[in-house]
Amino acid sequence: MDKRIDSADAAVALIPDGATIMMGGFGLCGIPEMLIAALHRRGTRDLTVISNNAGVDGFGIGVLLEARQVRKMIATYVGENKEFERQYLTRELEVDLVPQGTFAERIRAGGAGIGAFYTPTGYGTLVAEGKESREFDGTHYVLERPLKADFAFVKGDRGDRHGNLTYRRTARNFNPIMATAARVTIAEVETLVAPGEIDPDAVVTPGIYVQHIFLGGPYQKRIERRVVREG
Amino acid sequence: MDTRLRIIRRVAAELRDGDYVNLGIGLPTLVADHIPPGIDIVLHSENGLLGVGPSPTEAEVDPDLINAGKETVTAVAGASYFSGADSFAMVRGGHIDLTVLGALEVDQAGNLANWMVPGKMVKGMGGAMDLVAGARRVVIAMEHSTRDGQPRIVPRCTLPFTGLRVVNRIVTDLAVIDVTRDGLVLREIAQHTTLEAVRALTSAAFVVDAPLKRF
Repeated sequence: MDKRIDSADAAVALIPDGATIMMGGFGLCGIPEMLIAALHRRGTRDLTVISNNAGVDGFGIGVLLEARQVRKMIATYVGENKEFERQYLTRELEVDLVPQGTFAERIRAGGAGIGAFYTPTGYGTLVAEGKESREFDGTHYVLERPLKADFAFVKGDRGDRHGNLTYRRTARNFNPIMATAARVTIAEVETLVAPGEIDPDAVVTPGIYVQHIFLGGPYQKRIERRVVREG
Repeated sequence: MDTRLRIIRRVAAELRDGDYVNLGIGLPTLVADHIPPGIDIVLHSENGLLGVGPSPTEAEVDPDLINAGKETVTAVAGASYFSGADSFAMVRGGHIDLTVLGALEVDQAGNLANWMVPGKMVKGMGGAMDLVAGARRVVIAMEHSTRDGQPRIVPRCTLPFTGLRVVNRIVTDLAVIDVTRDGLVLREIAQHTTLEAVRALTSAAFVVDAPLKRF
């Protein structure tokens, strides 16, 4: 198969206003930089973005917020950026905060055909309000529904034209599960290799989950909190 | 001794050889610099790393290698990387022996509030609700009272819950308090304080263990 697409711009041209998009990354680590920048250039609006965080001022999802392209965010931890905070407090932006493990499992469930699941996380808290609770073997659980998206933006380390992907270190994070949970998954990779060059044992995301792939770069890979020791 | 350092050192004494440990963002993260000699533990970071190492040197800094606090870190020999779904399967599945988290309030039933203050900017709970629901042991590391001297260990949390009946032990700059089936038990007080001072800054009911140890 050949799932290569020319560029990030060609890929985001597929996305209509009002789409729901999952974006990989934890903080700024492992975010799909090329696709976010292309979506910003194209100006697609009224988006629902599903991402662990919301970027920072001037980088990552932060640029989409500044351009008022995002209507709703589903995330686990936000507020690393002033524009987000402003839109949140003025209610211009709808925000749905989800416990991180529930967030991950809802995405996993979305990609795996699971209709709902019980988790102990959040029982008795605000996040359980309006949801069914049930006790199994003496533990209380909350019923959670899957998360799915129209598109997923995934950042891989290496990829091939079949869509097989590997990831590098903690840049993996939510990328592999988001790749499974969208109708159309677009992958950007740092190295695009010939089929067979990735050892099948090393493939993290099998190509079946990926519809489009392109070679990204150059990557900025900004660091949010640079902590170093002497040496 | 500095208040934070006192808490960190006492929390470090909670670590057991062979533990898989998740340290929360902020003060709990600093416990990693005070692991007692002879104790071999593996640090879990919920962004997808088992085997968190020390901060990198300038030459080792790698933007693809961070902890859950988004700080640059290193990985020890024998580390592994995994997705967010796997990371929280470890957490909820009871595979993490110990988590150390900060708190705004803990109450006498072991309920924890540490993620939001109504009326203030709500940043989100991150992984805290999952950690308290799934880790085998939950230790809270916090200052005993607020900056203006209000108790944080209270009869009933006034702030929104992170989890119900989830806390096992509270370590503060003044005291070590266990949450038991029969309520709170004061096990230890700091060298520089008195039982009366601890009582004055604790609004929850507690019983005093005998003999009361010092730390």
